[in-house]
Amino acid sequence: MDLTPLMLTFQLALVTTAVLLVLALPLAWWLATTRSPLKPIAEALVSMPLVLPPTVLGFYFLVLFSPADGLGLWLDRWLGIRLVFSFGGLVVVSLLYSLPFMVHPLQSGLSHLPASLREAAYVMGKSPLTTLFRVLLPNMKASLLTGIVLCFAHTVGEFGVVLMIGGSIPGQTRVASIAIYEAVEALNYPAAHAYSLILLGTSFLILLAVYLVNGGYFKRFWT
Amino acid sequence: MISLDIRKRLASATGEMQLELALEVAQDECLALYGESGAGKTSLLRMLAGLMKPDAGHITVAGQAWYDSARKVCLPPQRRGLGFVFQDYALFPHMTVRQNLAFALHPRKDEPLIAELLAVTGLEALQHQKPATLSGGQQQRLALARTLVQRPRILLLDEPLSALDAAMRTHLQGYLTDIQHSRGMTIILVSHDPAEVQRLASRVVALHAGQILRQAPPADFFRAPEQELSAEVESVREEGGKWWVTVRMAGQSVALELSAEEGSHLQAGDRILLAVSVLPGSIRRV
Repeated sequence: MDLTPLMLTFQLALVTTAVLLVLALPLAWWLATTRSPLKPIAEALVSMPLVLPPTVLGFYFLVLFSPADGLGLWLDRWLGIRLVFSFGGLVVVSLLYSLPFMVHPLQSGLSHLPASLREAAYVMGKSPLTTLFRVLLPNMKASLLTGIVLCFAHTVGEFGVVLMIGGSIPGQTRVASIAIYEAVEALNYPAAHAYSLILLGTSFLILLAVYLVNGGYFKRFWT
Repeated sequence: MISLDIRKRLASATGEMQLELALEVAQDECLALYGESGAGKTSLLRMLAGLMKPDAGHITVAGQAWYDSARKVCLPPQRRGLGFVFQDYALFPHMTVRQNLAFALHPRKDEPLIAELLAVTGLEALQHQKPATLSGGQQQRLALARTLVQRPRILLLDEPLSALDAAMRTHLQGYLTDIQHSRGMTIILVSHDPAEVQRLASRVVALHAGQILRQAPPADFFRAPEQELSAEVESVREEGGKWWVTVRMAGQSVALELSAEEGSHLQAGDRILLAVSVLPGSIRRV
């Protein structure tokens, strides 16, 4: 069995999750604390990937980054970056596609903490950044974990959007979900079974770990 | 020295309220804010701390503008260098008692001060526990200690000792008075306890619906103009060391709880004179 599609899937999920953690944190902080009239618009935009068919996202991505003209041409010619049918393109589109799965838990975690924790730290002279890392994040570990895991799992489960903009280039864009689709098309059931079982098992174990940790099942062994 | 003159529109339980306050507080003064809930006491503390922005006016502290609507100045809370004991304590749940104190201490670790405050607040034995394992009174003491560790020039206390038993309360009131004098600190406290106000404060400001109703030294403040009412004793009964005396005055029966000293001398049918005084904020329209 060729393990490349599985490795590619986990690589994509890992990179997407790591980058999103950095990008989503300021966004979630802003959404949790702002009183700007633009907030509902920003929230709607962040949540779009939840309801939008992945093909729509993929289609616009293709149009926008096609190296034939416009932005895609500019990127290709001046920076040598081609985002369609490449791993880099998959990462960029995954960032968009999984954005709500990271932002929502973080935003909810931040807004459920009592405002006085932040205020107390400010009055002590702590900067917003120190307050975030030393006071707020340590008190919302469950939200952080939920965001990381949902984002990772959701990226592992990507199919439509990858098919649209990535195609199925071995070692480049042929992730596990695409490999399963192709194996079934080619009536190669043993391969489809192998990939599917591994994804099934990993997904279950990841989610089980989250619920065990967030449910405090491990704490009794530590204290 | 604090000088403020601020206006702020606030949403209160009974609708919108216009807060309008002008106050001067001397550098080593301890000022008590007194009044019913929703009068604007906590809002005033929050505006001093920079956690709430007034609509207009100015706040000047030791010659420095902390807030000035005309010059568009609003100093962030980080740069005001004051201490604030929150009503909900705002303890950091993931830090131990000692870590809470160490985090508040800046810029360098001042171990002797931490040790002193742990001793004064009686939290030494609990210093490695998390706040969630402490009782309400212990949490309140930690909140106070964490504020004092910052060596603030101005201390804002929102009902700082309400959860403590009488002995600990007296002990900490004494400590507060001591360090106030030794550090030359300004204290502004919100309290509903006349005894506490009398012990700590040099001036009481009564707030009502966002306005200053009255201000006076505590002794005068709580010694309201007295009036004597004549009453007739209806019944006297003792229960668990307390004397319950029912008197009839102005056509109504009123039950009074008296000390043994006063209660034991009375019997049904006696005519007595009662001195009546009204605490500000204790009157309610029905």
